[in-house]
Amino acid sequence: MDDLIVRTVTKWIVPFIQVYGIFIILHGHISPGGGFSGGAVLGSSIILITLSLGYKKASGIISHNTSALLESGSIIWYVLIGIVGIISGNNFLTNRGSGFYMGEVGDVISSGMIPLITVAIGIKVASTVITLFHTIIEED
Amino acid sequence: MKKIFFIMTLVLLWGLMVASIVQMPTSGDIENPSYNITTHYYINKSIRDTNAPNIVSAIINDYRAFDTLGEATVLFISIIAGSSVMKNTYGNKKEKKVD
Repeated sequence: MDDLIVRTVTKWIVPFIQVYGIFIILHGHISPGGGFSGGAVLGSSIILITLSLGYKKASGIISHNTSALLESGSIIWYVLIGIVGIISGNNFLTNRGSGFYMGEVGDVISSGMIPLITVAIGIKVASTVITLFHTIIEED
Repeated sequence: MKKIFFIMTLVLLWGLMVASIVQMPTSGDIENPSYNITTHYYINKSIRDTNAPNIVSAIINDYRAFDTLGEATVLFISIIAGSSVMKNTYGNKKEKKVD
């Protein structure tokens, strides 16, 4: 979409969308939200860049290989967090018993493995949306 | 004759479904079967177990974390299926370069 208004508005609004997505992901255990919704917001910001500024600009920000790597890496990160529970002698994906930092109720860095899992899911959903959209764009 | 039999069967099925809807519990009632011991456990004990004020997040990321791992695997499989249909394989790319 080669239009001056669309390009300018996109350049102004994309940082705010990305900050909002990161906020939803990081505050997933305190306020409504979480990995799935925040990841969808992050992924749609890159889709907005692809639609208004073109595929070349978007693949300069996050290339196809990088998003595929993030997509596979975040699920490995999820499984590794679960294996920490097995190493410490508990069940798979145990939170309090396996020695994660619990902190105070209401802090951002608290409640053990929940923020770590939320970040992994957020990265995974964002990179899934980006990879699928770029795969379809590349086909044309 | 065939049409009358058809309509009568449909009316009978409609009556059966409406009768089952009438039997359903009203939403928000304290006597609902969904307000069982699990709900009370989550409301009372989740902040002690996980230190997270968001009970939904505590359920999907701590109590049901293995289920969420399955959901992430569904996303992974969906992208594999999409790429295998949409993207050219490496062999096809080499043939295109020769052309």
